[in-house]
Amino acid sequence: MALKQPDMRTALGSLQLANPVMTASGTFGYGEEYGSLVDLHRLGAIIVKGISLLPRQGNPPPRIAETACGMLNAIGLENVGLENFLAEKLPYLQGIRAHLIVNILGDTVEDYGELATRLDGVEKVAAVEVNISCPNVKQGGVAFGTDPDMAYEVTKEVRQQFSRPVIVKLSPNVTDIGEIASAVESAGAAAVSLINTVLGMAIDIQSCRPKLANVFGGLSGPAIKPIALRMVWQVAESVSIPVIGIGGITTTEDAIEFLLAGASAIQVGTANFINPQAAEEIIRGIEKYLTEYSLDSVQDLIGRARHF
Amino acid sequence: MPVCQQKAEIVRTEKLSTDIYRFTLQAPDMASVASPGQFIMVRAGEGLDPLLRRPFSIHQVTGDGSVRILIKVIGKGTQALAGLQTGERMDVLGPMGRGFTYSSDQSPHFLVGGGIGIAPLLFLAERLLKKNGPDAIKVLLGARNADEIAILVEDFASMGLEVLVTTEDGSLGNKGLVTDILSDLQDESAARVYACGPHPMLKAVVSLCRGRNWDCQVSLETLMACGLAACLGCAVLRADMNGYVHACKDGPVFNADNVAWL
Repeated sequence: MALKQPDMRTALGSLQLANPVMTASGTFGYGEEYGSLVDLHRLGAIIVKGISLLPRQGNPPPRIAETACGMLNAIGLENVGLENFLAEKLPYLQGIRAHLIVNILGDTVEDYGELATRLDGVEKVAAVEVNISCPNVKQGGVAFGTDPDMAYEVTKEVRQQFSRPVIVKLSPNVTDIGEIASAVESAGAAAVSLINTVLGMAIDIQSCRPKLANVFGGLSGPAIKPIALRMVWQVAESVSIPVIGIGGITTTEDAIEFLLAGASAIQVGTANFINPQAAEEIIRGIEKYLTEYSLDSVQDLIGRARHF
Repeated sequence: MPVCQQKAEIVRTEKLSTDIYRFTLQAPDMASVASPGQFIMVRAGEGLDPLLRRPFSIHQVTGDGSVRILIKVIGKGTQALAGLQTGERMDVLGPMGRGFTYSSDQSPHFLVGGGIGIAPLLFLAERLLKKNGPDAIKVLLGARNADEIAILVEDFASMGLEVLVTTEDGSLGNKGLVTDILSDLQDESAARVYACGPHPMLKAVVSLCRGRNWDCQVSLETLMACGLAACLGCAVLRADMNGYVHACKDGPVFNADNVAWL
């Protein structure tokens, strides 16, 4: 009997993904950076570096610091801005079969609305991911992500201006992430993605100064995986829209844990820096796991650990 | 220039000093396209701690498809790498970044290296030597002591190059800093300087070059997570103080006039 290939498809609202593995914003550039190392066509989706209306310079260095099983970053949302993205980065991505999801960020609700309006006119943009969770900038960013009313307002504005699925990326640096998730769900989000980085810091004991020029930064990598997994579990309880799991996913086993916790898809982040082929390996790994456990579809995994 | 990832076999290990090791890796795809000043990112073991790859300048490439790097033990990542043996493999990504610009011309070429910053200059010296005779090239090397530098001095000297050496303790060459001997090269007009080393050394070299109108390229070391211009962690302030360039993609070699020297 011929072995049937497991069905890897998953959905984020009306967006159908060939498989549940995406690359996380801020860890994969604009895709092209990884073009010689990764079969980009294979990815469930590519989520590009967060785009603002105007280019941003980012924070002064040092911007990164390594920690036990993780890293801190305070890049400060350095990006080329919308116009340069459309002119210089988009053409390459248009040649890639994988879905393109654009992460957007702004200082005001109007900024988010303007970005959504402009991107709605770009056919290749399959969805937007609204960044309301960057811990490294003073304005906007996380200010919207820590207040349910503001999170609602931003999501509603983007939803009105953008006709395809709107994903909202949530911060873990809140008391009740389920409350924020519910707020963006009621504003019309098609899915939520979580978690962004966990606020942290490190100090150099030789210079007696913080290691990051920004003092605080976002912790990512395997160190945060248990926190992320717990929050995905909680949010999957609070909302009925799809949840996208992010946070320290480095191996197939990590990804499967998130699916079992209730994530409909996952994003590979910091692992891209260490092993550019991590996302591809995870796609193959999930297929192998499904075959080994005689499961027909990745859908059979989603939330399975919740019914123990 | 395509970047490739491979688990390269270590074909030779050498302990050059108390804490500096030289590894020769079988990596023909990298060796065939690498240029002086470029670097590779090496994973420090299979585990998750240390997590990030470490950047190393390409020290030399050989005709039989191997790439050499120098590793100085400074932390747990380099400690783990230093313990690897011939026959084991290193997970490497590269070659990456923009290297030195060099050509065949009548100028004197001064290669100025401090400590582990000497690493990329051997590769550069070999390529420069092919374009210009040995008489046009001077190698200026500085280190803390003879232990750190003696074998490297021999490597340059065996190529037939003039090598001027300083050590901080006077155990080899002149006692002092490498910038002292650069400063003594008074009469050279329109020299081209290629420098790599600790930041204070580079700053002094750049200042000297500006005073004499010498063209100066520097290889900068920064913290770096990916080497692919994805993380944007390796920001370097631009000379006009208005924004940043990135050591991994715009560098690691920069014309000294393009970055800020604070």
